[in-house]
Amino acid sequence: MGDDAQGRPLGVVVGGSLTQGVEVRLDSGASVEDLKVGTFVTIQGARHRFMGVVTDIALDSADPRIKHTPPPAGNSFIAQVVSGTVAYGAITVSPHVTLPAALGDDDPPLAAKTIPSHFSRAYTASQRDVEVVFGKEDERHFWIGNPLDMETKVCLDMDELVKRSIGVFGKTGTGKTFLTRLLLVGILQRGRASSIIFDMHSEYGWSGQDTDRSRQVKGLKQLFPAQVSTFTLDEASSRRRGSQVDEVLRIGYQEVEPEDVQMLRETLNLSEVAASAAFNLEREFGQGKWLLGFLALQDRAAVHDLAEKVQVNPQALLSLYNRLDGLRRYGFLVEQAGPDAAAQIIQHAEKGRHVVLEFGRYGNDPTAYVLVSNLLSRRIHQRYVALKEEAEGGGGREPRPLVLVIEEAHKFLSPAIASQTIFGTIARELRKYNVTLMVIDQRPSGIDPEVLSQLGTRLTCQLENERDIDAVLAGAPGGRQLRSVLSRLESRQQALLFGHALPMPVVVRTREYGSDQSYTQLGRRLGVGARRPGLPGGTEIETAEARLEREIKDLF
Amino acid sequence: MARVGEVTQTASTGFTVQCYKLYAAPALGALVRAGGTPASGDSGIGGLAAGSSPNPLIPAGHGQQQGFTGTVVYGVVCRVSTEPLDPGRPVLARGESAATEEELYRSNPQLERLLTSRFEVLIIGHQDAEGSRPFLPPLPPRVHSFVYGCNPEEVAQCTARLDFLHLLLGPGLIAADEVVGACLRGAAQAHSDPDQFLLRAGRALAGELAQDLPRLNAILHRVAPW
Ligand SMILES: Nc1ncnc2c1ncn2[C@@H]1O[C@H](COP(=O)(O)OP(=O)(O)OP(=O)(O)O)[C@@H](O)[C@H]1O
Ligand SMILES: [Mg+2]
Repeated sequence: MGDDAQGRPLGVVVGGSLTQGVEVRLDSGASVEDLKVGTFVTIQGARHRFMGVVTDIALDSADPRIKHTPPPAGNSFIAQVVSGTVAYGAITVSPHVTLPAALGDDDPPLAAKTIPSHFSRAYTASQRDVEVVFGKEDERHFWIGNPLDMETKVCLDMDELVKRSIGVFGKTGTGKTFLTRLLLVGILQRGRASSIIFDMHSEYGWSGQDTDRSRQVKGLKQLFPAQVSTFTLDEASSRRRGSQVDEVLRIGYQEVEPEDVQMLRETLNLSEVAASAAFNLEREFGQGKWLLGFLALQDRAAVHDLAEKVQVNPQALLSLYNRLDGLRRYGFLVEQAGPDAAAQIIQHAEKGRHVVLEFGRYGNDPTAYVLVSNLLSRRIHQRYVALKEEAEGGGGREPRPLVLVIEEAHKFLSPAIASQTIFGTIARELRKYNVTLMVIDQRPSGIDPEVLSQLGTRLTCQLENERDIDAVLAGAPGGRQLRSVLSRLESRQQALLFGHALPMPVVVRTREYGSDQSYTQLGRRLGVGARRPGLPGGTEIETAEARLEREIKDLF
Repeated sequence: MARVGEVTQTASTGFTVQCYKLYAAPALGALVRAGGTPASGDSGIGGLAAGSSPNPLIPAGHGQQQGFTGTVVYGVVCRVSTEPLDPGRPVLARGESAATEEELYRSNPQLERLLTSRFEVLIIGHQDAEGSRPFLPPLPPRVHSFVYGCNPEEVAQCTARLDFLHLLLGPGLIAADEVVGACLRGAAQAHSDPDQFLLRAGRALAGELAQDLPRLNAILHRVAPW
C-alpha cells in the first residue's frame, strides 16, 4: 500500500446505509482478492472524507444470467471484458469517521454520522490516512500495534483509556498478558495514572514467560525500576525466581471482613446462609476480631454453641468454620500484621508508583487470589472515596487516577456476585472516585453484562466460543460487522480494539514485546504531561538527577 | 484518403452513398467521412476543385479542424449492396459459356454501366468548429456530399472515445452485431495497441449490454483477438 496521500482507487459508492454499511462497486482494475475484511478504506464524498473498514466482500452481476451462462472457459478475452463490468466485485464499507477535509489539518477525526453520497470514489487508505485517524505516538498516544498489512502505528489515547474501565479478552495463549503488559507500560510512560496489578501468575513485576520463544521477558520493574514497586505474598517463590521485591505483604486476620467471605462463596463452595453467617459473627465478636475469634473455637461442640448464640443454622456455621479454617494454610495471613496491608500499597500508589503484587504459589489458588484482591481493592476504594470527597470539599488534592488490574475477572464479576462486590461497584460508578478497572479474562461470557457494558475500551484477542464473542461485542456499535472481523483473528498477537481510546475499531498485530529493541523503545519515558502544572494528581517521584536539573533551571 | 462516392439519400441517422466505381464500396464496418470542404487542395476523383461550395450549414470562417471547413460527418458502413441501376431491368444470368467470372465481366463491359454499388452509412458523430463530437450532427450531410474513406489517424481519433457504440447498438440496424464486430476489428488496427483497444471497447460494450448477456457474448465472440 502506498504512502501517497490518496491510496489505490477501488471503485464507486453505489448504495448502502449508515446501519448496513456503504456498498462500493469495484472498478475492473480492483480485484476482490486484493481486499480483506478489515482493510481500511477512504471514501471521498462531496463534502467529507470518510474512513471505514471493509466488512463484507461479494461478487455481483448486472445480469443474473451470468450464473447460468458464464463466459466460455477457453476465451480469456471475454472473461477479461466481463469481469469488472457485467460481473463485478463489491465490498461493504462501514464508515466510522470523517477526516479533516484537507490532509494536514489538525482537526481530529470525528465519528461519522452520515455516509458518502452516490458515486463517491473509494480508495484503499494510505499510511497518511491511517496516521491521521490513529494518531502519532506522542505524550498522549501510545503505540499499541500495527494494522494488518501496514507499517503505520495504531495508537491508543491514553487519557481516554484510563478514564473508564478496560477489558482485555482472548482465549488462552492468544496474547492477553503481552497486550496487558504493553498497556501498563503505556500508562506508566504517560504518567497520567497509577496502577495496582494483582499479578496472579507473577508475570508483570520482575519477569514473565514467552512460551513460544521459550525465553523470559522483562517485567515492569526491570523497565521502570524507579516507578514500579513490587510486593509479594510469597517471598520464597519470588526469591527463587530472582524477582526483586520491594515489600513482602502480610495480611492480618483482622483485615478480613464478612464481605470478603461473600466473594469466596463460589471458590469455597459455601451456601448463602453460611456465607452471611460471617456478619452475625462480626456482630458477636466485633469488627476485626471475628475471624480470629471464630477460628479459635476448639471443636464442633463450641461451634454448635456459638450457632445457637448468634442464631445461625449450626450446619451452615460448621461448614463456614471448616472452610475458613482452610485459610490458615496461607502463609501471608498472620495474626499480627504490621501496618495495614492496603495502606502500604496505597502509599506507594499515591506517590505515583505502580504496584505489582505477585501472588507466587498462591496464584494457583483461586480462593487466595479472590480474597486478597477483593480485600485490598475494597480498602483502596474506600481510601479513594475519602480522598475524593475531601478534595471536593476543598480539603486536599484530587487523588491520582488509579487502575486496578485483575485476571480471571469472571471470578469477581460473575452476574451472581457482581452487584455485591467492590469490583462491580468500581465498574459501575465509572471513574467517579478516580478508580477504574482493567479486567483480563478468557471467558468474558462469565462476566456480568452490565459490567461489560461499562468498559470504555475493549481489546480482544481471538475468541472461539460464540457466547464469549457475543459478550465482548455486546453494545458495541456495528457489533454485527465486528463479529466477522473478530472471528478471523489469528490465534496469537492479533487483537481487535474498540472503544473510547480509539476513533474507530481496528484489528492490530500487537506491538512486539520481548526483544532488546522493544525494551529500548518501551523503556523511554514520555510522560511530559505528567509534570505539566495543574494536572490533577500529577505528582511524580522525582529522581535525584531530575531534581537537580530542575533546581538548576529554577535558579536561572 | 480516396473519395469513394456521393451521398444520394440522407436522413438524420444515416445516409446512402453511391460509389463511383462498381464494387468500390468500403468494407462493412469501415469508417467514412462526408461533407466538410477540404481547406486545401484535396485529391479527389477527377481532381475536383476544393473549396468550391461552402457548406450552407456552417457560417463562414468556422471549422479549421483537420484541414476541413464546415461540418464533417463520420459514419460506419452498415450495409453494402450492388444492384441494377434501373430497377425495371432485372439482372440476367449470362455466364453459362464463360470459363471464369472474370471472363464474364470482361466479355460484358456494359455491366459496369448497368450495375451500381451502393452503401449505407450510420452516422456516429461529427466534427464542427468546436471539435469532434460523438453524437449526431444537427443536420445530415447534403445529397451529393462527397464521401471519403478515413485514414488510420482519423479512425484512431474517431474511435478513441467509445461513445459511438451506443449509436451502433441502437434499434433499427439490421445485423448490428456484425457491424459492431467488423467496425471494432477494423478500428483496432488503427490503434497503437490493438488488443488494449479491443479490451477497452469490450468493456464499453459490456457497459452498454450489461442487461443482455447473450448479445454481449455474441459480439465479443466476433471481436475476440485471442
Ligand atoms: N506482543 C507480543 N509480542 C511478542 N510475543 C507475543 C505477543 N503477544 C503474544 N505473543 C506470544 O504469544 C504467547 C502467548 O501470549 P500470552 O502469554 O500473553 O497469552 P495469554 O492470552 O495471556 O494466555 P493465558 O490465557 O494462558 O494467560 C506468548 O508467550 C508470546 O510468545
Ligand atoms: Mg496470560
